[in-house]
Amino acid sequence: MTYLAKPKLHHPRLPTNKLGYTRRDYEGAVSTLCAGCGHDSISAAIIEACFELDIEPHRVAKLSGIGCSSKTPTYFLGNSHGFNSVHGRMPSVLTGANLANRDLIYMGVSGDGDSASIGLGQFAHCIRRGVNMVYIVENNGVYGLTKGQFSATADKGSKNKRGVMNTDLPIDLVGLALQLGATYVARSFSGDKKQLVPLIKGAILHHGAAFIDCISPCVAFNNHPGSTKSFDYVREHNEAVNRLDVMVPREPITADYAAGTVEEIVQHDSSVLRLRKLAADYDPHDRIAAMAYLQQRQAAGEIVTGLLYVEESAQDLHDYLGTVDKPLNALSDAELCPGAEALEAFNAMYR
Amino acid sequence: MTDTSVEDRPTGADASKPRLAPTDIRNPDYFHKVVDCQWACPAHTPVPEYIRLIAAGRYSDAYMINWKSNVFPGILGRTCDRPCEPACRRGRVETDPVAICRLKRVAADNKDDIRARLPRPPAQKNGKRVALIGAGPASLTVARDLLPLGYHVVLFDQDPHAGGMMRTQIPKFRLPETVLDEEVGYILDMQPELRLGHRVDSLKAVLAEGFDAVFIGSGAPRGRDLGIPGRKEAAANIHIGIDWLAGVAFGHITRIGRRVIVLGGGNTAMDCCRSSRRLGGEDVRVVVRSGFDEMKASPWEKEDAMHEGIPIHNYLAPKAFTHANGRLTGVVFEKVAAKYDDKGRRTLVPTGEPDVHMECDDVLIAIGQENAFPWIERDIGIEFDRWGMPKVDPVTMQSTRPGVFFGGDAAFGPKNIIWAVAHGHQAAVSIDKFCHGEDIRERPPPNVNLVSQKMGIHEWSYDNEISLDKRHKVPLRELDVALKDIRTEVELGFDRRLAWLEAQRCLNCDVQTVFTSNLCIECDACVDICPMDCITFTENGPEDEVRTRLKAPAINPTQALYVSDSLKTGRIMVKDEDVCLHCGLCAERCPTGAWDMQKFLLETAQAGTACRSR
Repeated sequence: MTYLAKPKLHHPRLPTNKLGYTRRDYEGAVSTLCAGCGHDSISAAIIEACFELDIEPHRVAKLSGIGCSSKTPTYFLGNSHGFNSVHGRMPSVLTGANLANRDLIYMGVSGDGDSASIGLGQFAHCIRRGVNMVYIVENNGVYGLTKGQFSATADKGSKNKRGVMNTDLPIDLVGLALQLGATYVARSFSGDKKQLVPLIKGAILHHGAAFIDCISPCVAFNNHPGSTKSFDYVREHNEAVNRLDVMVPREPITADYAAGTVEEIVQHDSSVLRLRKLAADYDPHDRIAAMAYLQQRQAAGEIVTGLLYVEESAQDLHDYLGTVDKPLNALSDAELCPGAEALEAFNAMYR
Repeated sequence: MTDTSVEDRPTGADASKPRLAPTDIRNPDYFHKVVDCQWACPAHTPVPEYIRLIAAGRYSDAYMINWKSNVFPGILGRTCDRPCEPACRRGRVETDPVAICRLKRVAADNKDDIRARLPRPPAQKNGKRVALIGAGPASLTVARDLLPLGYHVVLFDQDPHAGGMMRTQIPKFRLPETVLDEEVGYILDMQPELRLGHRVDSLKAVLAEGFDAVFIGSGAPRGRDLGIPGRKEAAANIHIGIDWLAGVAFGHITRIGRRVIVLGGGNTAMDCCRSSRRLGGEDVRVVVRSGFDEMKASPWEKEDAMHEGIPIHNYLAPKAFTHANGRLTGVVFEKVAAKYDDKGRRTLVPTGEPDVHMECDDVLIAIGQENAFPWIERDIGIEFDRWGMPKVDPVTMQSTRPGVFFGGDAAFGPKNIIWAVAHGHQAAVSIDKFCHGEDIRERPPPNVNLVSQKMGIHEWSYDNEISLDKRHKVPLRELDVALKDIRTEVELGFDRRLAWLEAQRCLNCDVQTVFTSNLCIECDACVDICPMDCITFTENGPEDEVRTRLKAPAINPTQALYVSDSLKTGRIMVKDEDVCLHCGLCAERCPTGAWDMQKFLLETAQAGTACRSR
């Protein structure tokens, strides 16, 4: 951490977006995490993504639970709504908020402890309900705030800082999300913003439950030779299946790519995801094949990253429930309480 | 393994093209250039170092750093041309540079008695005799550098007091006599032999006295005249600016007419018009051939003149002096306009509009100064060029006759005090080596120190919090009081509180961001925290191309890129030095200590045993 606030001065030629904001306008308070924490890079990627998408800060709600990861919403989007909930309970709070006001962009920020241990049940139900949100797990494989014990996502056989081996099998959050019906599933690495920023932008634009598992090395407790979530290990075993460029609105392809290597996915809001294939036979539209592929590569010791699954015409919780288009919290008394006559007519339907 | 860095490499990065080499920070020039103010200062005064001492209230220490480097801190703190300020990084980061010059004055104004800290001439002289011709800033610098080494120094000047143009040309309302006397006095206290009050008419005669070396710092003493109709007829009320200023300085001139026209747009013109305002001039105006922005005067000197109610008329070329009954009545001006040719060269052409006649009682001509060396014989081995200037080596300051050196305005034409000081230091090094039979072309390297400022976790020995204050204005004396007496100083200087606030605006550019490649784990923490987007981890390539694809494109080619060795991922770290705040947040956020903040202190070598090879 640092004791000084980041100076307000910025680069004299710092660009502004369509709203007239600079990237710096999307920052939050200065981070109090350990120096070099991967989570800070993810915060920077979220800032970059929101800046590039010209998002109005007041249209974003960021929610989190407890842990290093769940502290990070303080460090980005300082002018957005925020809710720091109970440990592992962010998904419920987010679901409730989303039901009350469907117009906001919901960003659930969690960690491997918050989502894979204490909040695993909450995580599962939030995903399977298809809540329209961006759910980011900042996954470092350890409990950083309590001095680096293995978390539920630590690989079996990996070692902690003192050389003790982990004997439990890991929970694969990407596998769970796929199995539970998430409609946008990605994995990325905090040390690769070129990959991470477009994935976050795609998730923000996605209508439905978007899940990003972001491996984020814990520099204090999990960045040593025995770790499988260190900078060196992830860089060495990273297998990106594709590269994503997000485009809003649709623009012609100008870069020169070999035929058959680029796919355009038009989303619900007509934003375009442009995917450059790196693994030739990987199909991000086939949920079952994706699950099998991930299992195979994981067994081979690889960390598969990229946009792993996307369903362009996905539906969300509001679609399932058939709620009105207007946010529930904006309905007036007259709309909510149409009067005795309307009640009478309603009751008559059941007589 | 998928090497994402290769896959994302822009098409411009061709392996056959020249790639950026790692920066060699052992070359003192690299970090010296990052300290823009010090690099721009002819005397290379360690500016941030003394500004920190001012902020700490250590005025005497701040003064001594200045005194060692530029000899006249109190004088320069009021009169310097401040080449450091346009160079100041703060001016690129926000709008205005740090008020470096006036902070220097704060050190001088608030110091204690520092005489005990000054070097003294040794009891045992070294037997070498050196003549210094002209007792201005250049010669006095040579004297200060050589006297403590045991030289017998002889100072010659036509005026009865030492100081040169600092005494004769700079008005007292800008530079009080007490300040001048004090700082010239520090050198005279080292007891040079003084031969003041009579002109040197023959260099041959001086050389005949058998000096081991001669230094000529006689300035540019001849004011340019204006030979237009009416010049002779109205001569009684037409004065050459620098001669008139000298007359004012020595008290020979105490009055001027009610209506005064000053011709010329340089700093001398500004001193002339402001002096006129104090000697009875009520309607004083400056008339310049060129446009306002192209005037040679420093912006602040123009501001000061206008503040005193003196209008500046531009694009008017003097055509004739009008006169009646042998008395000046005014000046006729032709209206001109600036025209630029293909090469961007400017010519002033008449617009054809009717001429302008301005009435006045006196005219001061301040259209430039010239060197004049009628007293140097042309047959003694000192070569002159076709402009009548001596041929002088710009590094050693030696003329074509070994043992005869030039400095200040006498060397390369009119410049300013701080250049004269810089010349003096270099000439003193040359003279010292020359007198010891050494090759004067072998120049001593600077004394360089680079040391970490880390005191503990997130604790640095410098104040790295960035002040957001805008440049503070120096308080001035009320106009009606200031204009009453030519000896009343106009500027009051910063008080201690304002000085502290202004000092806090300094970005501590001498506290360098030092990068150690093999410690870096490429976690991006520095990239994310840097408030100015200076740092990028990227693929190597040709400099022109790399500059375009940094996090913030580096479009200022005068500012260096700090380039690391190749890192683990094959990328390099590139830092654009241009707008770095030196806030140290990169080092605070670095988990491995790959970034460190290290103070770079460079002192140019001065005459003495350290600069000699034996």
